[in-house]
Amino acid sequence: MQRTSNQASDTKRWSAGALVFAALAVVGGMSNAYVISLLTIVLLFTFMGQSWNLMLGIGGQLSIGHALFVGIGAYAVAILNIKYGVTPWIGLLLGAVIAGFVGAVLAWLSFRFEVRGIYFALLTIAAAEFVRIMFGGWDYVGGMQGLFYQAPSGAMDLGMLRGDARFYYFVALALAAIGVAGTELISRSYWGYVWRAMRDDDEAARALGVRTFRHKVLVVSISAATAAIGGGVLGLVQGAIFPDSIMGMAISVDVLIGPVVGGLGTAFGPLVGSMAAIPLHHAMGALGDALGLPGLNSVAYGAVLILVVWFLPDGIWPSIVRLYGATQLPARGRIPQLRKVEE
Amino acid sequence: MTALLEVKNLTRAFVGLVAVNDVSFSLQAGRITALIGPNGAGKTTCFNLVAGALRPTAGQVLFEGRSLEREPPEAVCRMGIARTFQIVRPMTDMSVLENAMVGAFSWTTNVKEAREKAYESLENVGLAGKANARTDQLTLPDRKMLEMAKALSTRPKLLLLDEVMAGLRPTEAAGVVGVLHRLAEGGLTILLVEHVMRIVMEVASTVVVLHHGAKIAEGKPSEVVANPAVLESYLGAGFHA
Repeated sequence: MQRTSNQASDTKRWSAGALVFAALAVVGGMSNAYVISLLTIVLLFTFMGQSWNLMLGIGGQLSIGHALFVGIGAYAVAILNIKYGVTPWIGLLLGAVIAGFVGAVLAWLSFRFEVRGIYFALLTIAAAEFVRIMFGGWDYVGGMQGLFYQAPSGAMDLGMLRGDARFYYFVALALAAIGVAGTELISRSYWGYVWRAMRDDDEAARALGVRTFRHKVLVVSISAATAAIGGGVLGLVQGAIFPDSIMGMAISVDVLIGPVVGGLGTAFGPLVGSMAAIPLHHAMGALGDALGLPGLNSVAYGAVLILVVWFLPDGIWPSIVRLYGATQLPARGRIPQLRKVEE
Repeated sequence: MTALLEVKNLTRAFVGLVAVNDVSFSLQAGRITALIGPNGAGKTTCFNLVAGALRPTAGQVLFEGRSLEREPPEAVCRMGIARTFQIVRPMTDMSVLENAMVGAFSWTTNVKEAREKAYESLENVGLAGKANARTDQLTLPDRKMLEMAKALSTRPKLLLLDEVMAGLRPTEAAGVVGVLHRLAEGGLTILLVEHVMRIVMEVASTVVVLHHGAKIAEGKPSEVVANPAVLESYLGAGFHA
């Protein structure tokens, strides 16, 4: 009988998700240019946050260098499109393949030589910084001067993924919806179960026949590939890419703040977290500029992170769910994924 | 009778200590064998060598004639040997049913099939009613049963149980004994590492006794308890029954 109640809550969850995205579509039809462009960024980071969430929230592997994969995606699209006039669709695909490969190699080498947990996370930062600096000195990819897309004519062109701000809003919305639905589907698939098992207890998972090594490489690779797709679109939205802006530490932090604030390992967490954190970041940035206090946005980020980790250690979304009496969620003291990484 | 698992001259040395020294025994298919001995006898080391969690210094472990002492634990599991841990290790973020499902994913990628197998395993150990509970809501005996259900979901031919009765009250242990008998009747081969002699007498058809890493006796429970070497290892020299 409890099986049917699970099905009922499944239906409820999917309907709630559909409702949220329908509402967001309506918002996109009504809002002004500023709100649209801000929400586009929020939704893109929701998608990239999902890819990061897949890796830590479900697979148990921490990355603090996701900017590497975001940057690979952005550069793949930009180089092919700007230099060779190739459609961004192919650039997105190629970027995803390259990033997935880079992620797999990074993970394979690290886990092969027992570099795990927080040490693996440090390695991801090092890899991201290495590539960022390398791109800064590489003329073919534009060096520090970066790469600029042609200013959009304003006419919508789905084949070349060009259009106005509202067009990109709906592209980002579609990606975010895919991210949320994909996380939900993966988390209830074979991969999801096996990944959560290895996240919770690697040794016990292996004793149950889970080939944790290949699954760790796989989850990092899939996370990298999807992050690259988000990065490719982010570059198009911004109209120009520079190593420091698309591959810097700030991007890595922006990617992870959504899931951490919103709720690790959940399908909705990254959306809720990005909605809360990124507009605040922008507002504080504007306020800081007005007051002549640059860096106020970073202080605000830090404060939000501290407050959330202190008062809502599971993130905002699980706390809301628990408030409404859902009891399936396990009681947690701290973010269990991070606790596992610390061990 | 055929031997499902053969342990030949198994030795494992740690720095300055030979934990398992030249131990040989074999497990008969469909029987319950117990590995016993006083504290520090090398039982758990021997168990971990068979489960692939440790590499032997010397010797062989043959399962259905295949050598497995160089295989990693996940490969050993996929060959048909499932184990439990002495300290229960539920995946705390997953429900009881989901925990039991993980084992099934060693032979299927179909979620529905895994769920059905998990229910079956939970029924086998009497936990089906708590399938949707969180693991932190389970009592200790239930957690021990969950460990067993997880292992059973892998469809093992051989089940390795590391002190499943430890910490259980006599009535709870009796429940476990009932489950073990039922599993053995169903054709499962079981190797039991156990500290409590009394329980071993009830379930095992063969007992292997380790002392200071070496095998000192092997046989039926009634024979082994009458063996002076065994009594001496448990109770000290000079004790004679």
